[in-house]
Amino acid sequence: MISYIIRRLIQAIIVIFGVTAIVFLLFQLVPNGAVGLARTDLGSRASPYQVHQFIIANNLNLPWWDQYWHLIANYATLNFGHSYHYNQPVATLIGTYLPRSLVLVTMAIVLALVVAIPLGVFQTVRRNKPSDYALTGLAFIFYAMPAFVLGNLLILYLAVYHHVFRPVVPDTESLGQMFTDWRSMTLPVVTLAAVTIAAFSRYMRSSMMDTLAEDYVRTARAKGAGRLRVLFRHAFRNALMPIITLLGLSLPAIVSGAVITETVFNFPGMGYLTLQAAQVYDVYIVAATTVVATVATVLGSLLADLLYAVVDPRIRYVHG
Amino acid sequence: MSTVKQLEDVSTVGGTTLTPTVPPNLNGAPEGGEAGSTGSIGRLILRVFLENKLAVVGVAIVVLMVGFCWIGPLFYHTNQISVNLYQVTLPPGGSHPLGTDPSGFDVLGRLMYAGQTSLEVGLAAAAVATLVGVLWGAISGYFGGIVDAVMMRVVDILLSIPSLLLLIVLAVLFSPGKWDLVLIIGFLAFLYPARLVRAETLTLRTREYVQAVRVMGGTGRRIVGRHIIPNAIGTIVVNATFQVADAILLLAALSYLGLGIQYPQADWGSMLNTGTSYLDNGDWWLLIPAGACIVLIVVAFNFIGDALRDSLEVRLQQR
Repeated sequence: MISYIIRRLIQAIIVIFGVTAIVFLLFQLVPNGAVGLARTDLGSRASPYQVHQFIIANNLNLPWWDQYWHLIANYATLNFGHSYHYNQPVATLIGTYLPRSLVLVTMAIVLALVVAIPLGVFQTVRRNKPSDYALTGLAFIFYAMPAFVLGNLLILYLAVYHHVFRPVVPDTESLGQMFTDWRSMTLPVVTLAAVTIAAFSRYMRSSMMDTLAEDYVRTARAKGAGRLRVLFRHAFRNALMPIITLLGLSLPAIVSGAVITETVFNFPGMGYLTLQAAQVYDVYIVAATTVVATVATVLGSLLADLLYAVVDPRIRYVHG
Repeated sequence: MSTVKQLEDVSTVGGTTLTPTVPPNLNGAPEGGEAGSTGSIGRLILRVFLENKLAVVGVAIVVLMVGFCWIGPLFYHTNQISVNLYQVTLPPGGSHPLGTDPSGFDVLGRLMYAGQTSLEVGLAAAAVATLVGVLWGAISGYFGGIVDAVMMRVVDILLSIPSLLLLIVLAVLFSPGKWDLVLIIGFLAFLYPARLVRAETLTLRTREYVQAVRVMGGTGRRIVGRHIIPNAIGTIVVNATFQVADAILLLAALSYLGLGIQYPQADWGSMLNTGTSYLDNGDWWLLIPAGACIVLIVVAFNFIGDALRDSLEVRLQQR
């Protein structure tokens, strides 16, 4: 188990290094090199002296390996550079925006699990009945419906036509105020969760069916265990396990979904920050948010894998 | 084979583009046994495919969409070139069945025009992704060792970056046109086919016929190109179908964010982008038609992919 954790950690570190390499490569792709990078941040009317200052301040005059080394050293100490657009350290901006995204994503994942798991079980119990088919059809539709379609439809019907919810998140700095306001938080959370609910309920159903065909379930039945007892004591908990892996694997997709959801609802999170920064060519913000989001994703997946090893006693990751 | 059972089989494999780890079709294998009397495998696949109602629906939707986008404009003439400020955001009715958009373009005509872009980019990007992915996976799997390790680490790294973030960065850096978008989306989406084909290659390369070719002096390129890839074609085609759906979604997302197809060109995503600005007015006709087109085409390709996989499994059972 320990050796498995270490191996997974090393893998995660390799992935994180790879991501910084890719981000560094993207810096190199900015047209006109260092001067071009300076111009994207300072604007075309910056004097040659200012450009020179910018290049010195951001180590752009150094050879590339030195630059890459600086990038890693800086990122490791949470120094993500300075945003000339917001005139703030990027780290401060991320400190403000990241917690909001984390809360949004966490709420959506919790909602997705709370809805999808019972749905999957329900469909297994009622399999091949009309309600099962109806839910399957719905799952297909929601699975194909991107957040920007669903989000806008929800806004249109529930916020514009009927004023049940607010179409945007209130413009407030306070995290607590933002998240206790259910009228503005419901729609973003539901929008982000919908695709995940569709996918997870399918898998929960499959996983349940699979488990019900296992020998130990048949044994339980043969020993006279009741229908409900078989379903919940024997099958349910085992059927849950693949969902944990699935959760780890879907994290990148959920983060991508969060970028869109945040844009749809003007939700001031990491995705919103990234997009705003991208549109004004604030390369330092985009690079930093990409790395931070990826690190969060990698750690999330790692956590899911470890959790899987903990809940499934059959799995003892041996070396090999 | 009863319809009910068929529906059942399809329904279990919904949403499979998310992750390839959980085995699909978990409630019993599709009943391929009865089909043993039929002649060729190709005909067998066709039969299984046709018996699958959802697959037929999927193909029908795709055919209708293609007809709508390319043949539709021949019969339904609209002006999609010059802005008409006297006719902006008109509600549906009269000479505009789906109303007009903020530039005065007829929305129904715009759907056809935009659909051409969405479908072209979706299909082309899926082709790029499949081509790159197949080569990547086959080379990685066939040569193994250090080549495999490096190539697969690259895939791991790219897979763990939320793809939309990378797309945003690339789109901002290059302000891509239509065909650049094909390449960008294709090069980000090659990861799944690469993994699948590598896995197939790992099993195929130990088969006797591959070893026979090697003994006869076949080069690595010949073995991969003539023997391994053709034998993995089923997996590749199934995945390519899902890739089309994903590529259409990615393009739409990028365009929705304002970074994909640029005005005056349009795709379904950019139509939604336009519609969002008029959300407060309740102008539903700027949102729902384009949204419905995206959902329909994606559902259709997912149906087809599921059905293809089912028929592939029948073929495997026949072996």
